Amino acid sequence: MLQETAFTKMKAENEPISGAELMLEALKKEQVEVIFGYPGGAVLPIYDKLYDSKILHILPRHEQGGIHAAEGYSRVTGKPGVVIATSGPGATNIITGLADAMMDSLPLVVFTGQVATGVIGTDAFQEADILGITTPITKYNYQVRSIEDIPRIVKEAFYVATSGRPGPVLIDIPKDIAAGIANVPEEQEIVLPGYQPTVQPNYLQIRKLTEAVSRAKKPVILAGAGILFAEGYEELKQYAEQQNLPVVHTLLGLGGFPAEHPLFAGLAGMHGCYTANMALYECDLLINIGARFDDRLTGNLQHFAPNATVAHIDIDPAEIGKNVQTQIPVVADAKEALKQLIAQEGKPPVHQEWLDTLNAWKKEYPYFYKEDGRLKPQKVMEMLYEKTKGEAIVVTDVGQHQMWAAQYYKFSKANRWVTSGGLGTMGFGLPASIGAQLASPDSIVLSISGDGGFQMCTQELAVIREQNLPVKIIILNNSSLGMVRQWQEIFYESRFSHSKFSGQPDFVKLADAYGIKGYVIEDVAQAETIFNEVLTNNEPVLLDIRIDPDENVYPMIAPGKGHHEMVGVKP
Amino acid sequence: MKRIITLTVMNRPGVLNRITNLFSKRNYNIESISVGYSEQEGISRITCVVHVDNDGVLEQITKQLNKQIDVIKVMDITEQSIVARELALIKVVSNSSTRNEIYSLIQPFRASVIDVSKDSLVIQLTGESDKVEAFIELIKPYGIKELARTGTTAFLRGTQKPSQAIKPYSIV
Repeated sequence: MLQETAFTKMKAENEPISGAELMLEALKKEQVEVIFGYPGGAVLPIYDKLYDSKILHILPRHEQGGIHAAEGYSRVTGKPGVVIATSGPGATNIITGLADAMMDSLPLVVFTGQVATGVIGTDAFQEADILGITTPITKYNYQVRSIEDIPRIVKEAFYVATSGRPGPVLIDIPKDIAAGIANVPEEQEIVLPGYQPTVQPNYLQIRKLTEAVSRAKKPVILAGAGILFAEGYEELKQYAEQQNLPVVHTLLGLGGFPAEHPLFAGLAGMHGCYTANMALYECDLLINIGARFDDRLTGNLQHFAPNATVAHIDIDPAEIGKNVQTQIPVVADAKEALKQLIAQEGKPPVHQEWLDTLNAWKKEYPYFYKEDGRLKPQKVMEMLYEKTKGEAIVVTDVGQHQMWAAQYYKFSKANRWVTSGGLGTMGFGLPASIGAQLASPDSIVLSISGDGGFQMCTQELAVIREQNLPVKIIILNNSSLGMVRQWQEIFYESRFSHSKFSGQPDFVKLADAYGIKGYVIEDVAQAETIFNEVLTNNEPVLLDIRIDPDENVYPMIAPGKGHHEMVGVKP
Repeated sequence: MKRIITLTVMNRPGVLNRITNLFSKRNYNIESISVGYSEQEGISRITCVVHVDNDGVLEQITKQLNKQIDVIKVMDITEQSIVARELALIKVVSNSSTRNEIYSLIQPFRASVIDVSKDSLVIQLTGESDKVEAFIELIKPYGIKELARTGTTAFLRGTQKPSQAIKPYSIV
């Protein structure tokens, strides 16, 4: 508050201020609480002003860690994650995070430094054409050309990042613009004639969908992350209950619908459950709400929902009809569309037989694993679920452990599942858990990784210690790149080309070096004792869990196959 | 099939890069693209000629273009009553013996000669792409030294036949 008064005073006197100050004032207006940033030459003017700022600044040990942390923060809070990186290598180090956020529609506002305007284009020290590089992997990007534009651009960037289908927005600020002095410009309105997301659904399409639902014999809702971005989980539950419709989730949608609800039919997709995938295969009405028919969900499109009328509710019209022919398109915010669907009070379908079939499948084909004395990752997941009463925030990396977490951790609430879906970014998990814990300090945050992905951003352990974040780091250690190994076993005649680690660091000692307590867990009894001891205390911990290295993720739809061709559905 | 798509876009830095980037990112085939200021300040008009296999791809192109924040309006005007023009500059080998012959070809195409030198002519031709191509075929035997084409630029005629309503691609 103090600074705001100072700013108002400055404004009243119309005293010129620097570009960096304008930027920080604009961030304050957007109620930014935390910045994930890494200083460097081109952003020195900004960092000088940050020195006096009250906004919490988290210093990752690599820019990639910073942007993944911002993604984790954004996923849990729904607010945009804010990142600062310097020009050149600082900016190119965040590319993976930008692409990841673009794929999974996470709102980020990313500031990069740039060399001074006078030397742009001369291959100056630490210069990179970051606008050119990031155009295909950002929702929008800017380079600031005049100091007075900063407040408007920042305002626009936050608006673009968070509205419509969210996504990352990048603002490139040349050093002389950040350092330069200008009068405080008058507040400008956002003018974006080319950007007007359709939020309200078309009434006729809602009518059409309502009629289709009442006629359906085998309806199913496919709920994606759009439900989470629109905060439409209550409405989803209400609508599903009103119409008695079964719900399946995409990987990223998990948590949008309570997993223990009788209408929940499970996770769909490559490693989803039999019930969910067969529900998609057999249905006669598929209502997609906020999912984009990703190939890992649909499998072979030729066999995808072959007998279904497809309805698709999405705020991004370009997703409708992109992969799957759609008969009832609804361009709208998921929450608004659901509200209107509920208000229709349509006649629920007569489909008891269908619900009975789904329930029979659920009983007949649950997830399973063989207990043979070795420590099974699935067992570890079940224990974690029980010990945290299903209330933890689960952050994962990418690979086998991610699928096991998705299968066995039953989310009853939204925004407790943080994972890299579309881009499948290894190294995402550990830094993302930093953002997740900052976003929700009182929650238990489980950071689940494999031993491969964990080593891609290990350096962020320093931040966990530094910020005293009680993140529970769980490494499912099979001394290999498990998912690669699994594919090589199945599709490449067990020729394990470079997927098994011949040497591994001592993870407990590594944690110790960062001041974090670590444990090795080799059997269920050990897991039991150590989980009880460490999962609920207020300290970070690293658990090196030595799982059965030969365990594979099942069930599975092989690439190029349809939902009805799942393998490994029964013991 | 060949389609003519016109865009009105905000004249912001990098906007052309965004459009061409989108075409390459999404693997669309583009034949020509022409850009210039429009009648409104700050707004440019882009005309793209694209090749698509089916209506589905075309729908995706228009939607993806529309999704761009700098793009204000996207129209596929192929089926409508339009004026479409392209400019070509052709430097063709010519000496005193062939000059008259070339002039006789130029006449029916309403092209004009804008430069003459001892051993070449520069011909300026405007018209629809078909006409430009026909003329190039005709002039080729004389030896084309250099050729530059602007790509098609097009917009709707003032009067549209009522039957040719805009094809409903967008399901928005």
